[in-house]
Amino acid sequence: MSHQETRLIFKHIDEEGYTNDIDCYVKNGGYDQLKKAVTMQPEDICAEVLTSGVRGRGGAGFPAGMKWKFLDRKSGKPIYLICNADESEPGTFKDRQIIHQDPHQLIEGMICAAFAIQAKLAFIYVRGEFFEGYKILERAIEEAREKNFLGDNILGTGYSCDIIVHRGAGAYICGEETGLIESLEGFRANPRIKPPYFPAALGAYQCPTIVNNVETLCDVKHIIEMGGEGFAKIGTPGNTGTRIWCVSGHVQKPGYYEFACADITLGQLIYDVCGGLKPGRKLKAVIPGGSSSKILRADERFTGKVKDGTEYDWGIEDIPMDFDSLMAVGSMSGSGGVIVMDDTTDMVEALANINYFYAHESCGQCTPCREGVPWMRKVTQRMVDGEAREEDADLLKSIADQIAGRTICAFGEAASWPVQSFIAKFKDEFVEKAQEQAARRKEGKETAEETTLI
Amino acid sequence: MIILKSETIEKIDKLVPRYPTVRSAALPLCHLVQEDQGYLSNESIEWIAERLELQPINIQELVTFYPMLRTEPTGEYHVRVCRTLPCALAGAYQTCRSFEKEFECKVGHTSEDGKVTLEFVECHADCGKGPVVMVGEDEYTDIDPEKAAGMAAKIKSGELSNGL
Repeated sequence: MSHQETRLIFKHIDEEGYTNDIDCYVKNGGYDQLKKAVTMQPEDICAEVLTSGVRGRGGAGFPAGMKWKFLDRKSGKPIYLICNADESEPGTFKDRQIIHQDPHQLIEGMICAAFAIQAKLAFIYVRGEFFEGYKILERAIEEAREKNFLGDNILGTGYSCDIIVHRGAGAYICGEETGLIESLEGFRANPRIKPPYFPAALGAYQCPTIVNNVETLCDVKHIIEMGGEGFAKIGTPGNTGTRIWCVSGHVQKPGYYEFACADITLGQLIYDVCGGLKPGRKLKAVIPGGSSSKILRADERFTGKVKDGTEYDWGIEDIPMDFDSLMAVGSMSGSGGVIVMDDTTDMVEALANINYFYAHESCGQCTPCREGVPWMRKVTQRMVDGEAREEDADLLKSIADQIAGRTICAFGEAASWPVQSFIAKFKDEFVEKAQEQAARRKEGKETAEETTLI
Repeated sequence: MIILKSETIEKIDKLVPRYPTVRSAALPLCHLVQEDQGYLSNESIEWIAERLELQPINIQELVTFYPMLRTEPTGEYHVRVCRTLPCALAGAYQTCRSFEKEFECKVGHTSEDGKVTLEFVECHADCGKGPVVMVGEDEYTDIDPEKAAGMAAKIKSGELSNGL
């Protein structure tokens, strides 16, 4: 069975002969939407974005139009637009493709958005590891400037806007919007507390600021093209537009696939689109929205009600890939990073790997996170090192429960959700690990086994 | 006192006035000076601070926070292996062990001859093509232990571009 992708953002990604320079972009209708946007009233663009229902593609899934609506336009202070191109959520690799292969789509979307919110200066905060992506963006911006698509008096409209590409330096927390702003201002990326520091009111340089993900800003361009209502026809109500699912892990054909929201189920994505698992392997678990999202167990039955009240009774393969369905089953679509694990995966090792990541990335500002996350890492490391205890599962859960909800930013949750969900779904494996090691110890054997994931 | 290349100075002079505040240029300057010098020495940190009318601690706190900023030079080749879950599921740890064996150098260290610094890094956002390895600024994907051995041979012979 084949499933047709709806390629909106990724229309030209991997297209033969398509290059990332401005001539190719313009030849394919590029910057036509900017030309249209600057003839519109800025507030009308904002209204279209609100009508489109487009939800943020970075992870939280907050409606972008609503975010824009919160913008404090009366402060008299400059307004800034920031593109979050930190793409730091493990399992996510969609923004990379846009930056490398179609940077002008992002720039056009950004200038349209900047015009709509009347920002005179915009930033692209790009992760430091994208050495090539940074150079591509810099060149694309120069090309756009030469053609007067950005800079002073854009297309003779009297509106001016510049874009600065700002490089991060390897810190995951810079993907959190207030941490990103701190980093942009030249500080450590310690997130700010909301309230009062909602970027729309008190963002970069204490001025009203909109921070949007790369994919979301590209969506803006398409919303201008097809109108808010036209865009809302893609997907389902409340889950509009397309999503780029980045599939990694144990599938035959990992990669990025763009589908209209709810157009495909998780099972179809894994088995039909990604060619299934390696021969002889069985699905064990899926992390559906980047490493922070809660893990789903392959043999689980999911029942309940979706946001709109419809009852559901799904196996893992039946889950429609959209915001609300993944939320309904207790996880989230997050950044679209689908990490697939087959039955060869040792769940204790997998969690030890994830905990290593979050312990490395905690900014250290809030005590529960700074102390708790490395503690969780130590426990899972000890377990794979041959010193697992039967009570470790409960200990891990207890630590995670004391971090989530007790920190300034959502990193506390991001680090706790994997632990909470691994223990909720795979506690038996954590206990067995301890029992097996105890049995080997009794026999005088080495308790630790060779690991593959940590 | 450090001596920076004239093109670095030029880039810095062009960059600083673009930002609404001078301090915003701190991280970009760390990058530029590190690229120029190979790492950020105390002298470099002092130089950046002075250029931005900040205290050295304001730069030092960035250097100790951001993983990509270094206070020591790397080997001639800087090999970074992603170890985050999707790459690990694709075999990144085995890839790294292969590098360790070939370079006779533990991950997190520089080989005795100064040829290679081998490091684990966190997610580089190319998870569909894991294991992902960076050599300098160049990315290599789908690097299984066998390919790692091949890369290591090219590094040892100096055949591979070091991406710097």
